[in-house]
Amino acid sequence: MIRHYFRLLFMLLPLLWAAAPGSVLAGQGIYLPPEVKASLSSLNVNERSVAIAALIQDNSEEAAALLSALQGGVLYVQREENELYLQGPDGFTALTGTEAVNPERGRMRRVGTNIRQRDEIIRFLNIRSLKHPLAETRRKASAALLTAPDIEPATLRGLLAAEEDTVTRNNYTKILAIKTLSDSGAGRAELLAALRELTVLHTPEAQQLIRARRASSDPQIAQSADRALRQTEATIQHIALFETIFFGLSLGSVLVLIAVGLAITFGVMGVINMAHGEMVMLGAYTVWGLQQLLPGQADLAFVLAIPAALLVAGATGALIERTVIRFLYGRPLETLLATFGVSLILQQLARTLISPMNRAVETPAFMSGMWQITEHFSITCGRMYIIVFCLAVFAMIYLVMRHTRLGLSVRAVTQNRAMARAVGVNSSRVDTLTFALGSGVAGMAGVALSQLTNVGPNLGQSYIVDSFMVVVFGGVGNLWGTLAGGLIIGMVNKFLEPINPINGAILAKILIMAGVILFIQKHPRGLFPQKGRAAVQ
Amino acid sequence: MLTRIFDRPTRIFFLCALFFSAAVIIGACFPPDGLWHVSPYTVSLLGKYLCYAILALSIDLVWGYLGILSLGHGAFFALGGYAFGMYLMRHIGTQGVYASAELPDFMVFLNWKELPWYWQGSDMFVFACLLAVLVPGLLAFIFGWTAFRSRVSGVYFSIISQAMTYALMLAFYLNELGFGGNNGLTDFKTLLGFEIHSPTMTVALFALSSLALLLTYFLCRLLASSRLGLVCIAVRDNEERIRFTGYRVEHIKLAVFTLSAMLAGIAGALYVPQVGIINPSVFSPLFSVEMVICVALGGRGLLYGAVLGAFVINFAKSWLTTALPDSWLFALGAIFVLVTVLLPQGIAALFPRAWTLLRPLGNRMKYGNKNA
Repeated sequence: MIRHYFRLLFMLLPLLWAAAPGSVLAGQGIYLPPEVKASLSSLNVNERSVAIAALIQDNSEEAAALLSALQGGVLYVQREENELYLQGPDGFTALTGTEAVNPERGRMRRVGTNIRQRDEIIRFLNIRSLKHPLAETRRKASAALLTAPDIEPATLRGLLAAEEDTVTRNNYTKILAIKTLSDSGAGRAELLAALRELTVLHTPEAQQLIRARRASSDPQIAQSADRALRQTEATIQHIALFETIFFGLSLGSVLVLIAVGLAITFGVMGVINMAHGEMVMLGAYTVWGLQQLLPGQADLAFVLAIPAALLVAGATGALIERTVIRFLYGRPLETLLATFGVSLILQQLARTLISPMNRAVETPAFMSGMWQITEHFSITCGRMYIIVFCLAVFAMIYLVMRHTRLGLSVRAVTQNRAMARAVGVNSSRVDTLTFALGSGVAGMAGVALSQLTNVGPNLGQSYIVDSFMVVVFGGVGNLWGTLAGGLIIGMVNKFLEPINPINGAILAKILIMAGVILFIQKHPRGLFPQKGRAAVQ
Repeated sequence: MLTRIFDRPTRIFFLCALFFSAAVIIGACFPPDGLWHVSPYTVSLLGKYLCYAILALSIDLVWGYLGILSLGHGAFFALGGYAFGMYLMRHIGTQGVYASAELPDFMVFLNWKELPWYWQGSDMFVFACLLAVLVPGLLAFIFGWTAFRSRVSGVYFSIISQAMTYALMLAFYLNELGFGGNNGLTDFKTLLGFEIHSPTMTVALFALSSLALLLTYFLCRLLASSRLGLVCIAVRDNEERIRFTGYRVEHIKLAVFTLSAMLAGIAGALYVPQVGIINPSVFSPLFSVEMVICVALGGRGLLYGAVLGAFVINFAKSWLTTALPDSWLFALGAIFVLVTVLLPQGIAALFPRAWTLLRPLGNRMKYGNKNA
């Protein structure tokens, strides 16, 4: 995982440079020695290698910019004039600074590079950016160098002496240590110092080097290599553990988000709402719809979608309650059948009115990106927001159920309908509002899900069984149970996944289903059974 | 005894079923261009409905008589189907794409060298038939034993039975399980040495399915009209009281549930050769819910209601998918909603009402209008 990020960073770096080649070169004329220009525009690869070597030798700002343009594939040759051009967003500009003689796309030939040339250029640019005035750039370049320590130790020592930034210095010392390890002629004291330095490094190449030193004949070196290796492994395991916990939490909060609406309609009202998944679907479509209405403002549309989804799904829920469920109270199993029909109708509505295909929902800018927690551990913002969103929604529901008049009425009606009516609670209005609340929350879950899965007519179906499991596992009629149940199932799921690298996800799900079935046999009323008067029914 | 089993609705049902089956079988023997001809396609379609009807009967047995709503009966059906599908798969032999005499095509494709242990013996017809009954029975026994002993009931039982079929569906989607993964078992060629897609075989399978339906119905009636049936109804209506009267409710539930799963397995085994494929989608919770809806629509606790519901729903499905390909789900959904809201007793409840409406008319016809 960590290695992957490094790789990614390393691959991205040249792209960053290539993104702005015009900044140095545009407008101003660059003087190229004629023989360099000739060999650069040559059709022969070896000729071009000569030119690249000359440019690297030159080591000037312009040469670097030219090389980065070459590496980024925006350097072109005009076929007739043999003149070099840069491709920019608005056409070609001549490298000499003179106005282009109407360069046509068809007359241009890209200056090609092979892998070895590109590697060479990247290495050159990388080392150059180690001297960049911006500390951030130096950090990135030194981190990239860590994965491929392709530099002379003497150069590195010089850099280290001049460097002030601690992160970069740290990277340099590690690279130097790796260099020492790979050097067969290194002295004993040097090796020991290097091994001390490399206790928390995660590149597999470095680990390979340390492992090789473990077989050393010198017992002290072998011992410290062993220690370095063990500490590295421990760090990797810690990070893997944190990642699993984080992924488990994020999966769990998705489950909680979906199930908490069901905990109201099913748990509190006793309606087996098979159309619950379609409420989630409605919420996801609300995000898509608002993004269509507000083109180019994905962030705003997404934020607006949260209350909008609550309203859309809530209104649909109220409609369903008034037209269908109203007639089925006291017959819980029959609500299953009717709401199944409702779910078919809603799915088909989505297919007919919108499309049978999945719709693309944009990710808002604040949800993309990573959050770097420690040097080697980072988490995706999107998942973080979903965890926060889940907790916020749960808190909202809890407050509504515990501290508002509606919540009080709901609890009164579910505990003793006749008595609640006798003291003046309008029970049919409460039923409608409760069902609307449960459905509306499902809609809000749909907003979160629009960022995780495909938004299409089948979105709801794939979650209906899971959400029922969460509610039953947690204990019907208990909101805390739903929260705990969802988080536990999500967490266990992620911890089980590594059992099989190919289909661990499915196996984990099967095991969880089996586990919950067995759990219900032992505790038929779930994790947190209801006690007292509410449990009488 | 016999008169108790064959009460009036049962007699009418048997007459109708025999007449219907005979009509289809005779119709299939007519020349293809004749007016009364029933095409092999229609015969196999009706045969499929018969299998659904048996499954619906098995659901009605536990739901209508015991009050246990199982949302996982599709799993028993599918297990029966897979067990018999294994037999059919083994007899493709060298006619398959890879022409392997030993292994089914998908195993050759997965580079397996030999049959897994649970495929051993599946090439024997009798053994496969036994498997189709015993495997669902065993699963139901284990599942029911743990569930009923700890008094998991009502909605909880429904949800965990749904989880069971869902977990099995996920498992059968895995290639490593050795049941063909996503594609399931298909491409069957022969059954007992006869070609499986020939018109004769289609009619024979149809006849066998109707026979199975009649036998299942008879068995269910036998059970329902016995003392055990009465206890079942009592358990449905007030479980506590029966337990306090001294009956072991969990034993009764377990016995009937297991029997019902075996019947579902038989239905599955008959389904596979007629449809020509069994894949994990039969395990999907939606299929089970649909079958439950068939029972609810027909009218539960009546047996003939379940058969009627299975036919009406599946016929409506077949008909609506061709007649209204874009909006048939609207119609199907509307049927579910309207029937549950307006006809809580199901379609079958209309019959006695129709009977009371029609009886005066019938009497008048029989005895003449005395007032006239």
